Amino acid sequence: MEETIKFRLNGKPTELTVDSDRMLLWVLRTDLALTGTKYGCGEGYCGACTVLVDNEPIRSCRTPVEDVEDKEVVTIEGLANNGDLHPLQKAFMEHDALQCGFCTPGMILTAYGLLQENPQPSYSEILQGMDDNLCRCGAHKRIVQAIQAASKEMKGVS
Amino acid sequence: MMKDTPASEMLESECCEPVDEQRSAFQVSRRGFLQLLGSGLLITVTESVSFGQSRATGSRRSGTVGARLHIGQDGRITVMTGKVEIGQGSRAQLTQAAAEELRVSVDQIRLVMADTALVPNDGTTAGSRTTPSTVPAVRRGAATARELLTEMACERWKVDRGTVKVREGAIVHPATGRKITYAALAGAKDIAKVYEAAIPRDVEVTPVSEWEVLGTSVPRPNRRDLVTGAHRFPSDIVRPRMLYGKILRPPSYGATLSAIDLSEAKAMDGVVVVRDGNFVGCAAPTSFRAAQAVQAIAKTASWKAAPHPSSKELFSYLKNHARSGGGGRRGSRGGANGSVEDALEKASKVLREVYGISYIQHAPMEPRAAVAEWNDGTLAVWTGSQAPNRVHSQLAQAFGIESGRVRVIIPDMGGGFGGKHTGEVAVEAARLAKGAGRPVSLRWSREEEFIWAYFRPAGVIEIQAGLDANGLTVAWDFTNINSGGAAIASPYEIRNKRTQFLRSDPPLRQGSYRCLAATANNFARESFMDELAAAAGADPLAFRLAHIENARLRAVLETAAKRFRFSERKGKNGQDVGVGLACGTEKGSYVAACVEVSVDRKRGSIDVRRVCEVFECGAIQNPDNLRSQVEGCIIMGLGGALTEEIQFENGKVLNPSFRQYQVPRFADVPELDIHLLDRPDLPSAGGGETPIIAIAPAIANAVFEATGIRIRCMPIRGVALKQG
Repeated sequence: MEETIKFRLNGKPTELTVDSDRMLLWVLRTDLALTGTKYGCGEGYCGACTVLVDNEPIRSCRTPVEDVEDKEVVTIEGLANNGDLHPLQKAFMEHDALQCGFCTPGMILTAYGLLQENPQPSYSEILQGMDDNLCRCGAHKRIVQAIQAASKEMKGVS
Repeated sequence: MMKDTPASEMLESECCEPVDEQRSAFQVSRRGFLQLLGSGLLITVTESVSFGQSRATGSRRSGTVGARLHIGQDGRITVMTGKVEIGQGSRAQLTQAAAEELRVSVDQIRLVMADTALVPNDGTTAGSRTTPSTVPAVRRGAATARELLTEMACERWKVDRGTVKVREGAIVHPATGRKITYAALAGAKDIAKVYEAAIPRDVEVTPVSEWEVLGTSVPRPNRRDLVTGAHRFPSDIVRPRMLYGKILRPPSYGATLSAIDLSEAKAMDGVVVVRDGNFVGCAAPTSFRAAQAVQAIAKTASWKAAPHPSSKELFSYLKNHARSGGGGRRGSRGGANGSVEDALEKASKVLREVYGISYIQHAPMEPRAAVAEWNDGTLAVWTGSQAPNRVHSQLAQAFGIESGRVRVIIPDMGGGFGGKHTGEVAVEAARLAKGAGRPVSLRWSREEEFIWAYFRPAGVIEIQAGLDANGLTVAWDFTNINSGGAAIASPYEIRNKRTQFLRSDPPLRQGSYRCLAATANNFARESFMDELAAAAGADPLAFRLAHIENARLRAVLETAAKRFRFSERKGKNGQDVGVGLACGTEKGSYVAACVEVSVDRKRGSIDVRRVCEVFECGAIQNPDNLRSQVEGCIIMGLGGALTEEIQFENGKVLNPSFRQYQVPRFADVPELDIHLLDRPDLPSAGGGETPIIAIAPAIANAVFEATGIRIRCMPIRGVALKQG
């Protein structure tokens, strides 16, 4: 069923007519050319497709696009502020918290949600908060370090 | 069947390079209609590499400086390589290699990777060959260019080579204060001479002691694009008018399509249906629509199933189908020394055990993907493969077109781990694109990736060995069925040895995996070394050291044991806690690991709490990247060691999802102490694979120390602890 859906995307009002059953992931990637959000499994088990909806990380592969009507969607492309990278993005670069980088957008946005909820998480809280995001290259240790560094940098303010 | 392949390819071929021909087989009638269309590919879809005007025709002949690099008049240097970046850090390392020899900073270099229209064939990105083969090739090319440019400057100034210096991309003559940059020379009339020059095999490269760029932790050049989502992975490539594809897969392995009604999909708006024998696929403006179209016709398909064994009977199946004489691993990799039978007969103690290795999947985060675009009989494909040139030939062959009419481009891609050596998705995308008359993007689903990508081979490993009265191993008889011959030869000094690899009739399509069968062979060998040590009443560390003459292997093992305080900790752990160690060598590098595990016998679970791993691969070229690779190997190794296993029955994979197939997660990551032994006096070997081979046996040995129960399979099934 084609419907007109309106929402804010990376700070800008967006309106498009799409089959409302389609998942947000594919609308972002195919209709809106934002390919930073990745397909990893399509079942919500890997976290590669994570985006922020009203500032909370969600799995865009399991979210019908109609669910974001009137909401604020932020993808990895929208996280930097006028070219200034978010502290998490900087920390991922500085700690080389990635290898192939395919899981990275989802990792960063999941970590964003974690720091929103718990600005100064302990080591084990980070492990717990990130546990549903998969990385096959094995950058886990560095991802944890990057999140710790970003938490410090943000001093509890996101 | 064996083709004449370079040594680097042989390493990866093993028993088990997957065969794609069957799966991409075209109907004969279709092939006849594909005509050869003459030579000369006009590159219409292009990377914006601007080659200088002055560049002479023929200057990119294979083996010339021009095939390897180009110096822009703006001072930017473009270096070309056939290697791919797959997360292992080759982009940084090869950039360093060129910068080192050209005496420029890494920022001045732009590395064009794996575009078959632009780069030399550097072979498949596999076998840890980038460091020992491609880094030297790039260095030789860069050093040749530097020397030729220096000669040009000397000729201009009429001075001796010995009186000038090269630094920061310029040649300087200190005596007169003259200076000329590469960029300025690149604009000279006679620059073609430089590009046309052949790169000598013996050109002198910078010795390790003088390295300024190599040996340092240069970060990933495109890291910003990776954290902002700007980088386009193969599955992110978009072309004008592009459609999205979906392939109809058989319901089980070996099933053939007897009938299908395509009408419903054909009637769908914007949908193109392509059928060619068993190949059926749809292309549509969105992947959603393409999937709907395939679903609609899948309901009408009738399939003829074929019998297929189950994973429950895997080990007996492999053993029953083992073929003698299929070894192909004689000489240093196998073969025999001394008389094993005699030695076993005379031994004071003989042990015999069998180890089972399950099938596993690579499960890279980015499933395989390709975008194919036809233009006047030429084909361009962007895809995620470790083997651009193999994919290139596969496409030319599949469509019966000349090699010059095919272009394969591999954007920096999602991980591969040995699982992306093939071009099936490229061929499928090109078939759909041909039928649709428009570019098509095809991305496998996670389920397709689990079922239809090739697997890391399963295997059965049988070992028997004899100890003499002094507790030394005097006979060693090792047979690997099906999983492969990598690292099959024991690095231990044993007088009478026999090692063989037997092919079997693999029930699943199998191929490369990070470090190939070295993991399986080392798992069985290092587990069995502990069993022998126990039988000899010896300490596992002392027992190994008594059989090691190789100084490099000894060094990693002793260092790991010392850092971990293995001897102090062994036998002094609490209940259900144990420590274990293992070591090994493969691809010219050496590894040892000590681990601490705790087990929960009620739940049948194994928790790896600490890992100390020591790795040595000669002179280290990028320490931080190497450390990253070792971390990755350890964590990936945990999966194969503890949880990963493909289950199948009646031709169907029973666990084709991340819900059922458990890969390592954050909570599984142990405390890591990684130590890299730098050996500037030794040639650099690759480091992205061998660090994986010690982790599984060290865990099995630690589980034994904790419980007295020996688990002889990978994954090491904790369920055995419940029964024990």
